[in-house]
Amino acid sequence: MKILFSLISVIVLIIVATLGAYITSLHYAFGIIIPYVALTMFVGGFIYRVVKWGQSPVPFRIPTTIGQQKSLPWIKQNKIENPTSALGVIVRMAMEILFFRSLFRNTKTELREGKNGPELAYGSAKWLWLGSLFFHWSFLIIILRHLRFFLSPVPYFVQLMESIDGMLQIGLPALYLTDVFILVAITFLFLRRIFIPQVKYISLPADYFPLFMIMSIATTGILMRYFYKVDLIAVKQLAIGLATFQPVLPEGIGVMFFIHIFLVSVLFAYFPMSKLMHMGGVFLSPTRNMISNNRMVRHINPWNHEVEVHTYQQYEDEYREKMKKAGIPVEKE
Amino acid sequence: MHKGGRIIASLIIFVGLFTIPFFYNMGKANAGPEIDAQQLANFQSIEPSINMVANHPQLFNQWRNQFVQNGQTVYVNSEGKSIDISLEKLAGDSSNQFCVSCHNYTAVKPTCWDCHSGPEGARK
Amino acid sequence: MAPKVKLPKPGELSQIDFKIPATDWMDTPVEFKPGTYCWGAKEKDLLTLGLPNPRQWSPADEDWKIPEGWETTILEGMAERLSKYRSFKIFMDICVRCGACADKCHFYIATGDPKNMPVLRAELLRSVYKRYFTKSGKFLGRLAGARELDMNVLKEWWSYFFQCTECRRCSVFCPYGIDQAEVTIIGRELLNLVGLNIDWISGPVANCYMKGNHLGLEPHAITGNIESMVDDIEDITGIRVNPTFNRKGAEIMFVTPSGDLLGEPGIQTCMGYLMLFHELGLDYTWSTYASEGGNFGFFTSNDMAKRLNYKIYAEAKRLGVKWIIGGECGHMWRVLNQYMDTWNGPADFLEVPKSPITGTVFENAKSTKMIHISEFTADLIKHNKLNLDPTRNDHLKVTFHDSCNPSRGMGLLEEPREIIRAVCNNFYEMPENTIREKTFCCGSGSGLNASENMEQRMRGGFPRANAVKYVKEKHGVNMLANICAVDRAALPALMDYWNPGVGVTGVTELVGNALIMKGEKERTTNLRFEDLPGKGGNE
Repeated sequence: MKILFSLISVIVLIIVATLGAYITSLHYAFGIIIPYVALTMFVGGFIYRVVKWGQSPVPFRIPTTIGQQKSLPWIKQNKIENPTSALGVIVRMAMEILFFRSLFRNTKTELREGKNGPELAYGSAKWLWLGSLFFHWSFLIIILRHLRFFLSPVPYFVQLMESIDGMLQIGLPALYLTDVFILVAITFLFLRRIFIPQVKYISLPADYFPLFMIMSIATTGILMRYFYKVDLIAVKQLAIGLATFQPVLPEGIGVMFFIHIFLVSVLFAYFPMSKLMHMGGVFLSPTRNMISNNRMVRHINPWNHEVEVHTYQQYEDEYREKMKKAGIPVEKE
Repeated sequence: MHKGGRIIASLIIFVGLFTIPFFYNMGKANAGPEIDAQQLANFQSIEPSINMVANHPQLFNQWRNQFVQNGQTVYVNSEGKSIDISLEKLAGDSSNQFCVSCHNYTAVKPTCWDCHSGPEGARK
Repeated sequence: MAPKVKLPKPGELSQIDFKIPATDWMDTPVEFKPGTYCWGAKEKDLLTLGLPNPRQWSPADEDWKIPEGWETTILEGMAERLSKYRSFKIFMDICVRCGACADKCHFYIATGDPKNMPVLRAELLRSVYKRYFTKSGKFLGRLAGARELDMNVLKEWWSYFFQCTECRRCSVFCPYGIDQAEVTIIGRELLNLVGLNIDWISGPVANCYMKGNHLGLEPHAITGNIESMVDDIEDITGIRVNPTFNRKGAEIMFVTPSGDLLGEPGIQTCMGYLMLFHELGLDYTWSTYASEGGNFGFFTSNDMAKRLNYKIYAEAKRLGVKWIIGGECGHMWRVLNQYMDTWNGPADFLEVPKSPITGTVFENAKSTKMIHISEFTADLIKHNKLNLDPTRNDHLKVTFHDSCNPSRGMGLLEEPREIIRAVCNNFYEMPENTIREKTFCCGSGSGLNASENMEQRMRGGFPRANAVKYVKEKHGVNMLANICAVDRAALPALMDYWNPGVGVTGVTELVGNALIMKGEKERTTNLRFEDLPGKGGNE
């Protein structure tokens, strides 16, 4: 039901996009207005969400320590997973963001019947890590590759990336590795969501929707590249027109382009109001981005308000006689 | 905002990265490749039934295979016109930038000139 | 009160059903099965602490006697905490439900109840957050994973936020570092706004607030208990140690969880402290006012934790000590390490801890001025300042249980191991995925070590016990060492249930047994009055 809802939503979007693509009078809306609106919503929404997060303070320094603390000089500190320097935190964050360090730790717990009763075993489980890594890196490279439509002249690093991505030189035009990876990875991410009962149980429409969206975007992109050709010169003129705020709508771009750009626009607009904001949030996660120097440097809580306490005076007043009898020194005899 | 400096700096970097196309192209005209209208018309007339700009790689690929496998040197298009299968003829002399300007504009690197001699500026 | 329930046999408890319920989790009502939940907070304790909605109630009752308009209280409480804790806001917003945390939770592993998966435990709160604080939840409702806040939701929160021991194991595996402990802490704060706590937490908190410690030991009881330990030490070693109490001008104040003052094997750990400090001639004092290192306030609310924690620095200041040593305790050290200085610092009236024996300056505690007994002892051992006879522990085959909080809220991993290696000849590690930063909870942390929820405790401790069983079978391990008072209270029951024959000890008890004190008589028993194994070259 949750899957169906997301699937239907995406299908409706594709139908809308197809209508838009076939009705020439709508091309201006689909090719120019909607992308601008989407980009504005993306950038504006992203900033809004991050600023909202930023408005809440971090009252306590709560890093999750995943290694030996810095204490005695001969005990080797884990400088990355229990960092006491800014550099350590930077490395820790880079490992999380670029290589998904924590997900790499993933294990699978199994309960089995051993010789002497039940046994719990913890096996290595790297598939989720691998799938996510391939998915995210492919996505990033694909986005960067698209810069060739938005930059004129096309900078060297974009050309280089493209030739590496297409290095297998299979087919005409050359097959991009990232196109294959992203489709395989996203299919894997989708399948694990429906085939692992626990993951299926926790999944919401908001988990399936982005998967279907990204699948559709990748698919339309691939269709456009290999099967339903579009006029790239026209596409780039449209893109540069957008980027220079002098929008033009060249003729004869091709239907698939409008479907593709509409789905991309919807994803971008949807991004800031969804879980996809983990992209920004991961940078702000206090259990990872804080220096673990709690006992060395005092952390200030901006709302550290006064609380009612039970003072020593009150304590002694209540127990003075008992204390004296037990030979415990008191302030007032 | 708490630790606002760092957050704002990061946001500026993020938005900056995302809006690179706006700055990169700032002040430039949306010129597009320099294409001679006549040449483009000639190019399209090779096979009027398809959009040549979008689909010529497949057509040329087909030509190549037919030439190599069957020794076929002439292509008869949908209007019955015969065209010599020759990249050199199509590309013209070495000063002709018709192919190059379009390909460079979209950063397409065809492998044609790995074997054929091509116009100046074309990738070998 | 519900009648006493029978604890199922281990064979029954280890039959864990991982099947997913037929109904969606939002449609699966919470169940209160006797033996799996704790009694509700008592009226008198909430009155003592000035906490909201004091009344007698039982979780088994249909009516929990929650005041009208409680929904507003909870929602306003959420809004306030969203504006105060970036962690809460971020953790509500960015979970992608990848499920990596699911089988990392000891309660999920041992109950198979999907709501014990950290992700779903957070979703219990997140669903309400979405409904009232996000546009998608307001408009799309259930499709966006949002739901209305009602009494069933509140009861579900109470049930599951008191089935989480705030151990942080999930946060080690979460790609965004989402820490369910943080969500549980906030969830419990919200519950406390309408008077929903458990007796095993609010009782100790009230005790600690008024009397200085969780057990409610009055000053003369503390000195009395310690005096009887002093007598025992004299019987065993022939040496009379002389602890002092509330002594002004001492160099060091010593604070340990009150669990070490009552009951085995806590008292043996405490005897270890007394012997060690005496042997060093340490100028230190106990305090009867700040007689609690632990902090069950931390399991109630941030404010409550701060109110209890206040006493440590206040007493250090009153007594004019230079710095503080803290005893063996788990959550105590998360609080001391990550919260105390922020709440009640700066401790600028103290000096940076410097061991008077070795001269080591503890730069790592230069702001809080409080060090862990294991750091102190490991330093002594490294500098050869202790005369140790590890063969006195030769009858023990020891393994070490990392307590959750010193591991994942501090990183105190090697210090206790250095000590154990110095005082024991037989030390075996449990499997890698169950120790250090990946350690499993005892199942009774965060105030859940009551007796009425014994079944749940035995479940929660199953992954820990199972790892102990592994080394028991492989190496013949018969002693589970730890540095936590809750462990010392909870693990004996857990071991008796899953691994009969395995004992539980504090690390400092092992030190006390191995320590050769100046002028001591030939020892014939250990600190538990059990005969010592024959000395030198025994099997």
